[in-house]
Amino acid sequence: MKHLAFPVFFLLMVCGSVAFARFDTFVFETPQDEQRFKKLSAELRCLVCQNQNLADSNAELAMDLRRELYNMIKAGKSDAEIIDFMVVRYGDFVLYRPPVKPSTYVLWVGPLVLFVIGVVALVMFVRRRGDDVLAGGDLNSDEQNRLEGLLGKQNEKPHQKTGSGGKRKQK
Amino acid sequence: MLPELGNFALILAMIIALAQGIVPMIGAARGIPSWMAFARSAAWAQLSLLVFSFGILTYAFVTHDFSVAYVANHSNSALPLSYRISAVWGGHEGSLLLWVMLMSAWSTAVALFSKRLPLEMVARVLAVMGLIAAGFTSFVVFTSNPFDRYFPAPLDGRDLNPMLQDFGLIVHPPMLYMGYVGFSVAFAFAIAALLGGRLDAAWARWSRPWTIIAWVFLTLGIALGSWWAYYELGWGGWWFWDPVENASFLPWLVGTALMHSLAVSEKRSTFKSWTVLLAIFAFSLCLLGTFLVRSGVLTSVHAFASDPTRGVYILMLLGVVVGVSLVIYAWRAPQVKSAGNFALLSRETFLLGNNVLLVVATATILMGTLYPLILDALNLGKISVGPPYFNAVFVPLMIPLIVVLGIGPLSRWKQDDFGRLAKILRYALVVSLVLGVLWPWMLFGKLDLMVVVGATISIWLVACILLDLFYRIRHKSSFWKGLTSQPLSFYGMSLAHLGVAITVVGITFTSYYSLEKDLRMAPGDQLELGGYLFQFDGIRDAHGPNYTSTKGIISVTRDGKPVGTMYTEKRNYTVQQMPMTEAGIDPGLFRDLYVAMGEPLGDGGWAMRIYYKPFVRWIWLGSLFMAFGGILAASDRRYRLMARRKAGLDIDAKLATQES
Amino acid sequence: MKARFLVPLILFLLLIGLFVAGLKLDPRKVPSPLIDKPAPQFSLPGLLDKEKIIDTAELTKHKVSLFNVWATWCVACRQEHPFLMALARAGDVPIYGLNYKDKREDAIRWLNQYGNPYVANAFDEDGRVGIEWGVYGTPETFVIDSKGIVRYKQIGPLTEQVWQETILPLINEIRAEEG
Repeated sequence: MKHLAFPVFFLLMVCGSVAFARFDTFVFETPQDEQRFKKLSAELRCLVCQNQNLADSNAELAMDLRRELYNMIKAGKSDAEIIDFMVVRYGDFVLYRPPVKPSTYVLWVGPLVLFVIGVVALVMFVRRRGDDVLAGGDLNSDEQNRLEGLLGKQNEKPHQKTGSGGKRKQK
Repeated sequence: MLPELGNFALILAMIIALAQGIVPMIGAARGIPSWMAFARSAAWAQLSLLVFSFGILTYAFVTHDFSVAYVANHSNSALPLSYRISAVWGGHEGSLLLWVMLMSAWSTAVALFSKRLPLEMVARVLAVMGLIAAGFTSFVVFTSNPFDRYFPAPLDGRDLNPMLQDFGLIVHPPMLYMGYVGFSVAFAFAIAALLGGRLDAAWARWSRPWTIIAWVFLTLGIALGSWWAYYELGWGGWWFWDPVENASFLPWLVGTALMHSLAVSEKRSTFKSWTVLLAIFAFSLCLLGTFLVRSGVLTSVHAFASDPTRGVYILMLLGVVVGVSLVIYAWRAPQVKSAGNFALLSRETFLLGNNVLLVVATATILMGTLYPLILDALNLGKISVGPPYFNAVFVPLMIPLIVVLGIGPLSRWKQDDFGRLAKILRYALVVSLVLGVLWPWMLFGKLDLMVVVGATISIWLVACILLDLFYRIRHKSSFWKGLTSQPLSFYGMSLAHLGVAITVVGITFTSYYSLEKDLRMAPGDQLELGGYLFQFDGIRDAHGPNYTSTKGIISVTRDGKPVGTMYTEKRNYTVQQMPMTEAGIDPGLFRDLYVAMGEPLGDGGWAMRIYYKPFVRWIWLGSLFMAFGGILAASDRRYRLMARRKAGLDIDAKLATQES
Repeated sequence: MKARFLVPLILFLLLIGLFVAGLKLDPRKVPSPLIDKPAPQFSLPGLLDKEKIIDTAELTKHKVSLFNVWATWCVACRQEHPFLMALARAGDVPIYGLNYKDKREDAIRWLNQYGNPYVANAFDEDGRVGIEWGVYGTPETFVIDSKGIVRYKQIGPLTEQVWQETILPLINEIRAEEG
């Protein structure tokens, strides 16, 4: 880091080599602690190399924070306390799992809402089509036949036989 | 001199692309055959010029012409030939040149394989592609010219980023770009059909093979990217939900929905306005991805050095292409009649369900990717949305998708009978529930709820595929005859679905049963992990063409029997002064062993990371199945025969006019 | 034209609006959660004089002070240094320094060579205090008022432009508050 010529490149150079591994050799008292360390360091974002989590980042700060994390786990701090420690210092930005708060309600509830909208739209759409089937308003077999006619009946044969059970039923 | 020629060819290609966009479009509107026919020759001319231009840039790399700024920034005299060639697309400018060249290759392919399509349709399709190509080529010419010179020329180049000096980089971007620009074909077909007012089953049938082939490339591109990240980045991850990964995954999801929706539009002439919208979305998301990667609005590990002018230019391009296409959609789509009717329980419903789930998943990932930007723009603070979020919302959407995926092919078009389906599916249900618990239990001796779910749905899917095959051939006179009488598209579909099951197994097992250990190892030290004994034998100095390295040697045994020797390297690339870790991997169908070397810790000790990763290969193996299935489906004889039938399509043109 | 066919277009236009706004933002800049909160407590040995303890109370002795995080390995700090010297010469605002993850002799040599704009420097060898202050990209500069509240954080070098447009008005505001 001391040989840099262009300050602009500072952040880039610090993280430039994302493929260069710097591993810690912490020794944990229990496998549970080790598990917690891995989970937490994977869910925290490095502020220097912003597209890496703490576990993968080689930045000096990331190494310091991993040591901090290790010490907190060793001292028996809870996950909530550790996360709070990070948020107080670096803000919500460090959390790869965004906290649930008014500004993230849309983020957390959105997928469910989209899913419900999707299913409702699907059911409404299918219902409308379904009524026609029961009423016998089937315009489509006609059209299908025409299409088959012009695209070549013979070639369709094996496919149609196997592909559409519905056809067989009609006949 | 040569680079100037390359530049000139590029500018000429841009002008021809513009002409290809305008002349045939007017020809189609006015009914002037010669103007329409111009599209084909223009496509060929454009491709020749771009290939020439690309060739010149490649030549500049091969011959170390460091007077070309792009070459000087991405190559070095010590860089091996294969990487000098792949370095052509190792940076922003060259990768864009590759993009426009591939785009024009797709255009030319359309010109070549559309001999039997109505000329009007071909003219419109090629015109749309020409306009997009003109936009991108002008982007290269005006903001990202790879032929810009340095004067005076530097003595040597700054070398290619060591991370990109790898086989993965040689193949990953071309595959991905082939997928991205491939969706422009489906997009152009959709726009052409909207403009021509012939949004019919024939349109769906024409677009289908093109869409499938583009999807195959995208599938392979994403899988290669994931594989490359796995072995090259040195920490054994294979998917990071990075904005740029999401940018490639979004068009893949919509492209998958599009393939399935096209099937319904073709077979049942329904969902047509929806299918058209998906075709527009798929390509729009490719453009969106390009914008996200190259504009710098999101930070990403893979992002190109960003430049605000480029961001503005692509944003304009994105706005115009997608904006205009959505205006055309809003204007023409309401006139499309969807005639096919079907009952609640029918294959149409299952396919539509597949579409709903895929589109919801796409919208969710898009929202998650853009959410930090939205909050920032609204001044509501900075947040990060990362893997814990995406896994939490994506996985629950995929579970019902895979369940539906099993049932869909077994169900009948139009209307099915619940009793009939239930009778067939109960076998699959029983088998998957039993094996879903037993299989992981027997392999790993411990269970997790998500593991059981993952294994169950995968086995469910495989069971459904086998049942489908069984019900298709049981009435045939012989087993062999039954097998051979199935169309290729059936095997394609089944293989692709099987691929999904394989990938799900890989993801599930590797996520829950991987073992990892970071530790200090001195020569002679041993570690037992996943039943394997790893012994660090020491280090050796080595050197490559443009780097020096320290090689760590680890011998692996299992129950006293040797498994192999693994080598991990810590390289130092001399030009960029960049250290790199090369992981040592002992691959296997059922497990990978993975070692990576970190820093020396004194007294001969080294920081080491050792992984045992069960079934990790299945993730990419499944992708290969999906891609191969796609190739089979696209080569189904009905597409090939269609290409040879002229008479049929004349009638088809009539049908279309009747319809519209 | 049915309204529902316009929905994709409208959504897309919103998206474009978002990107237009997004192009003006810097995704890398992370605001400090310390703003308008009490400055974190610390107590460190001085850089030039090991025996002299520098702590948070020392920073808040003035109506307003700057707390500048720097290191000799930080290239942007070198770039910023002349501006700090100019500020110190003007003598308007006291500048305290946090020498972050550095070697003592390197830092002393730097100050001897390029000049010392700081009233005093705390020596944060292992970066623990840097973590307390949420430092992630040197140089960083905090503006602290007499109640010990962090009012502003500059990430990256201080420049004439930032000074005139942001920091100086804030300093005047703080002085006006305190009368």
